[in-house]
Amino acid sequence: MTRVLIRVPKTVKPGQEFEIKVLISHPMETGYRRDHQGTPIPRDIVKQFRCTLDGEEVFRAEMFPAIAANPYFFFHAVAERGGTLRFEWSDERGTAWRESAALTVE
Amino acid sequence: MTAQFLPRRQFLLRAAGAAGFVLVPGLWRPLGATPAEVKAEIAKLVGEAALRPGLVKLDLPVLVESPNAVGMTVTAGTPPAGTRIQSFHVFAAANPLPNVGHFHFGPRAGRPRVSTHIRLADSQTVTAIAKLSDGSCWSDSVDLLVTLSACLD
Amino acid sequence: MIRQAAMAVALLATWPAAAQTDDMANPAFLWVEEGKALWSERPRPGAKSCADCHGAAETAMRGVAARHPAFDAKRGRAMLLTQRLDACRVEHQGETPFEPESRRQLGLAAYIALQSRGLPVAIAADGPLAKTVAEGRALYTRRIGQLDLSCAQCHDDLVGRRLAATAIPSGHVNAYPVYRSDWLGMGSFWRRLGNCTTGVRAEAFAPHSPEHVALESYLAARGNDLPMQAPGFRN
Repeated sequence: MTRVLIRVPKTVKPGQEFEIKVLISHPMETGYRRDHQGTPIPRDIVKQFRCTLDGEEVFRAEMFPAIAANPYFFFHAVAERGGTLRFEWSDERGTAWRESAALTVE
Repeated sequence: MTAQFLPRRQFLLRAAGAAGFVLVPGLWRPLGATPAEVKAEIAKLVGEAALRPGLVKLDLPVLVESPNAVGMTVTAGTPPAGTRIQSFHVFAAANPLPNVGHFHFGPRAGRPRVSTHIRLADSQTVTAIAKLSDGSCWSDSVDLLVTLSACLD
Repeated sequence: MIRQAAMAVALLATWPAAAQTDDMANPAFLWVEEGKALWSERPRPGAKSCADCHGAAETAMRGVAARHPAFDAKRGRAMLLTQRLDACRVEHQGETPFEPESRRQLGLAAYIALQSRGLPVAIAADGPLAKTVAEGRALYTRRIGQLDLSCAQCHDDLVGRRLAATAIPSGHVNAYPVYRSDWLGMGSFWRRLGNCTTGVRAEAFAPHSPEHVALESYLAARGNDLPMQAPGFRN
């Protein structure tokens, strides 16, 4: 199953701001819903998302059930030299996911 | 322009019935945070600092037809010299939990900006707060109207 | 527990040039990505993938979704795009049909539909498909359910008016399969049809039933020349 879609530019100019878009596959169950039998559906949300560039933080989100299903984030970043963009996110049950993308600066 | 064969009133009643069959979206059981809870959450964030309007900009539609995924963007102007914007914090007073999200910007962030999709339980005021490196806090709010959808399953 | 996000990084440079700039904000593209993987996946060793027969979807599938539902001369009946997928799976891949509304079915249908994005809907409604279209039209105007309402009473007579707060749409099908935020996921026109039949308290039509095929054929034909929008994102 596709877990995430990440869009970053293939190359960026040093010091010039660029856009990062992330779409995470997750139901973001609020804990307020019930199934067809009337049984409450337990809360199941991605709690934290973090993007770093060579270990330095770019963007971090602490999430609540008010973030819609299949969370989408659009934020900016700046790089002086190429490196690795890491994306990490985790739910409240201790499951974590990660992905990375190479960034070329020229 | 009314439905053929059916008097308008009767049609509307039936149509309402069709909608009523599935009126509750079920995504939220809106218990609603209390104003005191929202104030407490904001106070926790702001502390002793004054909360000033401006600098931060919250973009949300004022009329929301589908509250399950509402496009939201938070941006900011240029902060006072010698300071930087550390984070944005969004609160939805009428949601079961007033917290929507905390968004932090590290040394590699460009201009602080976040776009995402949020859920809104009801018509309400949504507030975004920007926290700066000197501890000062700035805010922007949007009063919006959430209308109830029909034809949900 | 840390998991590598499977099949994950999509540096989406390979999307069609016409791709809307905010595609990343459309969760349907999570399904599209799965459909793209499925296109070149062999169901079992020795079996053929879609790509083995058809080649690149970007060229082979361009315009295909815009032409469906279409009359199939060999079988002598109208076929939806998803029925076409099933036929391929059974006859050429030796697989069972997709489970209706499964992630794989919707993903592949969405990926194929994406190859027609922006092209005009082009249903050959005056050929042998005409009979099915006429059946769909008859069904569309027939009152059903405990509320005794026809599709036309809302979707023709009251288009743009509101049912509760929702604007009544005119029943176009050029954005299916679609991601709906109240579904928390994707669905086909059949799922949406189920909303309506349940709403008027009628029995829902089975997926790929003659009624489903006829209604979708009629609505698709009504939308001829509209630009294809699938996969749509409806809040």
